[in-house]
Parts: sequence; C-alpha cells; structure tokens
Amino acid sequence: MTQAAISVQSLTKTYDSGLIALDDINLDIAQGEIFALLGPNGAGKTTLISAICGIIRVSDGTIEICGHDHTKEYRIARGKIGLVPQELTTDAFETVWNTVSFSRGLFGKPKNPAFIEEILKDLSLWDKKDEQIRKLSGGMKRRVMIAKALSHEPEILFLDEPSAGVDVELRKSMWRQIRRLRDNGTTIILTTHYIEEAEEMADRIGIINKGKLILIEEKKTLMKKLGKKELILELYSKITEIPTALADYNLLLSENGKRLTFTYDPSKKNNGVAELLDHLKDSGIKCKDIDTRQSSLEDIFVTLVGQS
Amino acid sequence: MNFHGILSIYKFEMGRTMRTLGQSIASPVISTILYFIVFGSAIGSNIGDIDGVKYGAFIVPGLIMLTVLSQSIANASFGIYFPRFTGTIYEILSAPLSFVEITIGYVGAAATKSIIIGIIVLTTAGFFVPLEVQHPIWMAFFLVMTCVTFSLLGFIIGIWADGFEKLQLIPLLIITPLTFLGGSFYSISMLPPFWQSVSLLNPVVYLISGFRWSFYESSDVSLATSVTMILVFLTLCIGIIAWIFKTGYRLRN
Repeated sequence: MTQAAISVQSLTKTYDSGLIALDDINLDIAQGEIFALLGPNGAGKTTLISAICGIIRVSDGTIEICGHDHTKEYRIARGKIGLVPQELTTDAFETVWNTVSFSRGLFGKPKNPAFIEEILKDLSLWDKKDEQIRKLSGGMKRRVMIAKALSHEPEILFLDEPSAGVDVELRKSMWRQIRRLRDNGTTIILTTHYIEEAEEMADRIGIINKGKLILIEEKKTLMKKLGKKELILELYSKITEIPTALADYNLLLSENGKRLTFTYDPSKKNNGVAELLDHLKDSGIKCKDIDTRQSSLEDIFVTLVGQS
Repeated sequence: MNFHGILSIYKFEMGRTMRTLGQSIASPVISTILYFIVFGSAIGSNIGDIDGVKYGAFIVPGLIMLTVLSQSIANASFGIYFPRFTGTIYEILSAPLSFVEITIGYVGAAATKSIIIGIIVLTTAGFFVPLEVQHPIWMAFFLVMTCVTFSLLGFIIGIWADGFEKLQLIPLLIITPLTFLGGSFYSISMLPPFWQSVSLLNPVVYLISGFRWSFYESSDVSLATSVTMILVFLTLCIGIIAWIFKTGYRLRN
C-alpha cells in the first residue's frame, strides 16, 4: 500500500476554555489525491489544518506527514507542506517578488529566481512582481498567497477556503491550477463552503461538524450512496389531494396542486418509477411534463450535518 | 540549522527598517542633538566636571544607552507583534524553524538596527563634544550585549502584548524611568546614600556604568559586576523565550 501523505490518528484539540475543537479525528489522505473537507462555520476545518501544519498544539493524538511525525521530525514534515490560509494575510508593503522569495527562504530553500518566475507566470502575477501587495485586488492577493505556499515546492498543499471572495472566472482559473498541481503529483486538501467546488474538484470528501469527522467517502460513492433522484411530474390538471392508490409512493404535492414529486433511489433496479407512472394512468392523472433532478452534494451535506 | 530561514527573517526585518529609514535613523539623531543642546550645552555648561570628565562628554554613554535600550525593545517587540496582529505569523509557525532560529532572525535584526543607531548617536555626539573611548573592545561588548539583551526583552514583550497599547506599556512605564534613573545624566555617587542603595536595584545602572567605564574608566559599580549583571539578564531573557516556545504561550494556542 502506498504511504499516506497525511495520517491523523486520534487527534484531539481542547482549548483552555474547555472547547473541544477537534474530537478524536482519524484521517488518512493518499498521495496525489484532492481531498475536500466540508463543514459549517466553526466545525473545526481550520483548526484541523492548523494542527497538521504545526500552527497550533494538539491536546492528544498523532499526525504523520509522509511517514514523518509532525513534532519529532517537524523539519521534514513541515517542509513538505504548503498552506494557503483563509485570510489574505500578507505584508501589505512588501512586493510580490519579495514576499514569495521570503516564503521560500523560510522553508530552508536556497534562492531560485527561475522557479519563482515560473510560479508567478503560472499564476498570472509576473507583471505584478514589483507591485506592493496592498495595491493588488483581492483576487490577485489570493494568487499571491498561493504563490507563497508553492514557493518551496511542497508535496502537500492546503487550501483553506480558496474561493472565498473570488469571482467566478478567477475561481475556475484556480480550479484549473489546482488540477494541474494534482496532475504533477501534489496532494491537495481544500476546505470550502462552496459545495460546487468540492463536487467539481474532489476525489474524496470529508465532512466535519462540531469537531468530529462524521463521514469520509469517495465523492462518487457518496453521491451514489446518499444521492437521491427526484421525478418531477407537472400535471395537466390541478388535483386537491393525492389519491389513496398512490399513498405508498410518498408523493409530495405542490401548493398549487399541479406538481407531484417522487423521490427514489436510482441505484435500485425496482425503483418504483415504472409502477408509479402506471398507477397515475390508472388514477386518471395526466402529466404534461416530466423532469428528473439528481440531488447535489449540497443536499447530502445539509442532510448529514443536520443529522449529526 | 535552517540558515536560509534565519536569513529570510533577518533580511525581511532589515528591509522593513530600510523602508522607514527616515523614521528609523532621523528620529534618534534628532533626539540626541536635542539632548546635547539642552543638557550638554545649555545646562551642562553650568555643571562642573564629573569624575574628571566634562559633563557634555559624561552624558554620551548614557545617551547612547538611552537610545539603544528603547530602540532595541521597540524594534524587536514590533517585529514579532506585527505578524501576530496581521496574521502572517502563520507562515513562521508552519515553517521548519526552531524557536532558536526564529529568535535569532527577529532579535538579530532588531539588535543590528540598534547597534547601527548607537553608532550613529556616538558619531553625532562627536560633533558636539570631544570623545575618547579608552576601551573600544569593552565598549563594543557592552553595546552589542545591551542591544541583544534588550531586543530579547522586546521580543518577549511583542509576544506577551495583545494590543498596541500593551506594546508601549512596559517601555513607557518601566524601561524609560529605569533608564533615566539609571545614571544616564549623572553619576549615582551624586545621590544621597539611601538613594544610591535604591539605585543599585535598577539593572540599567550596571549597563550604563559598564558602558561609561569603557569610555572614561569611570564607573558607579565594578566592571565585573556590570558584566555579570548583563549576562544574568541575557540568560533570564533566553530562559523566558525558551519557555514561551515550549508552551506555545500566545503563539501556538
């Protein structure tokens, strides 16, 4: 079995106030995958990232980065990680070039102007290299944060809410950049509020709530396992109530009485769609339009968080 | 040892100094000139020699100490507090750097700046009074050790402070009074016996005394006592910083 890029075992973080920010977290992230960590505000996403990156002390448990203990072998472990934090925290008066070079130096790497140039060009920052960061737009600053995180050639990249405050175009451009990094072998861990982002990017999904990891699953499996499909029937004529013959289908009648919604599991062979259509015909209910809708990751997320 | 990391922090901090060169250099130079005009010329001309040294020249070591003490604390405390305030400290904490390396980077830069300012003040003083440095190596020792030690103290203050107000609190309420009462402008032998004894509780007395000795071979306490005191203070500051990094106090919690 390939060694995990990140292995977290029984990780707990309790603050002095008694708040349990992380509660017995166990997580393995494979090398080269894109792992999306989802969770509502205050769920523990940033705390987990901070613990792995060595920014905060953990109360209990172990963290290994590519097999290296993150406290005993912190130099090797931290050297493999690049972090793009949620906040745009940069030294406002420094130039783009200097701040990216500074980050490379911090991680013990000698100067490499050619490499810095390559990163800045990749992120469309080359023409801004001599600008002070305070003069850049929010989107540009976000790219600078990514450039800083990549400056020491990390094997693992953490992106904490990378799309926060970024417009659609830049978001899609960042997604392309992230995919390119993954294609080059970088392991990506991203936290996001944008379910669409996780749906678009991730290989696996982890959902965290109240400091507990409530689910870790392959995205496709998750969608298949928990994803429901809806059959939406637009009726020819208004009905006031669902006929008793259709009671077993748990249909949902819209307020205007002109739409029926049937939720079913598409993975089942006998999912009830054919029988329902037959029963509708027998009951004299005519449809003028039929549509289907696959439940999104967002629906799954809301359901899981609501249950936990 | 992460030499590139140390050098990055050091250069970054020195770069910040260079960006504010006018404020960094002009301010202490102007203050020194004002001190010489007021104490050296206006008042000093009416004060007799102290230990055979003209008053204007006598206050030079004290003035240098006054400046480097406050500059060391201000530079180092701001250097570490500002990234905490802006949030950029995440980068330092997540980098493969030990606490010794982080401290060397920040304190080294703060001390370097203070040493440069100390030399500038000394040079400025040379335009007003005839200077003599009888023990230049000891002078360099006291200057460097004072800058390093008080930069370490500033570093501690910068980690302890949770607001800009607190950043100023200790320098204003403790360090400045101790420096003024530490013999910057007088010899403690000029005080009544009781206040001489009280003055010996002030650690700055030992620094100024040792530094002044290197200029004029005139001191309030022995050279050995001055050296011992500064080493004790240095060890204490290093001990506190080691504890801060070991516990993560205000940094990793």
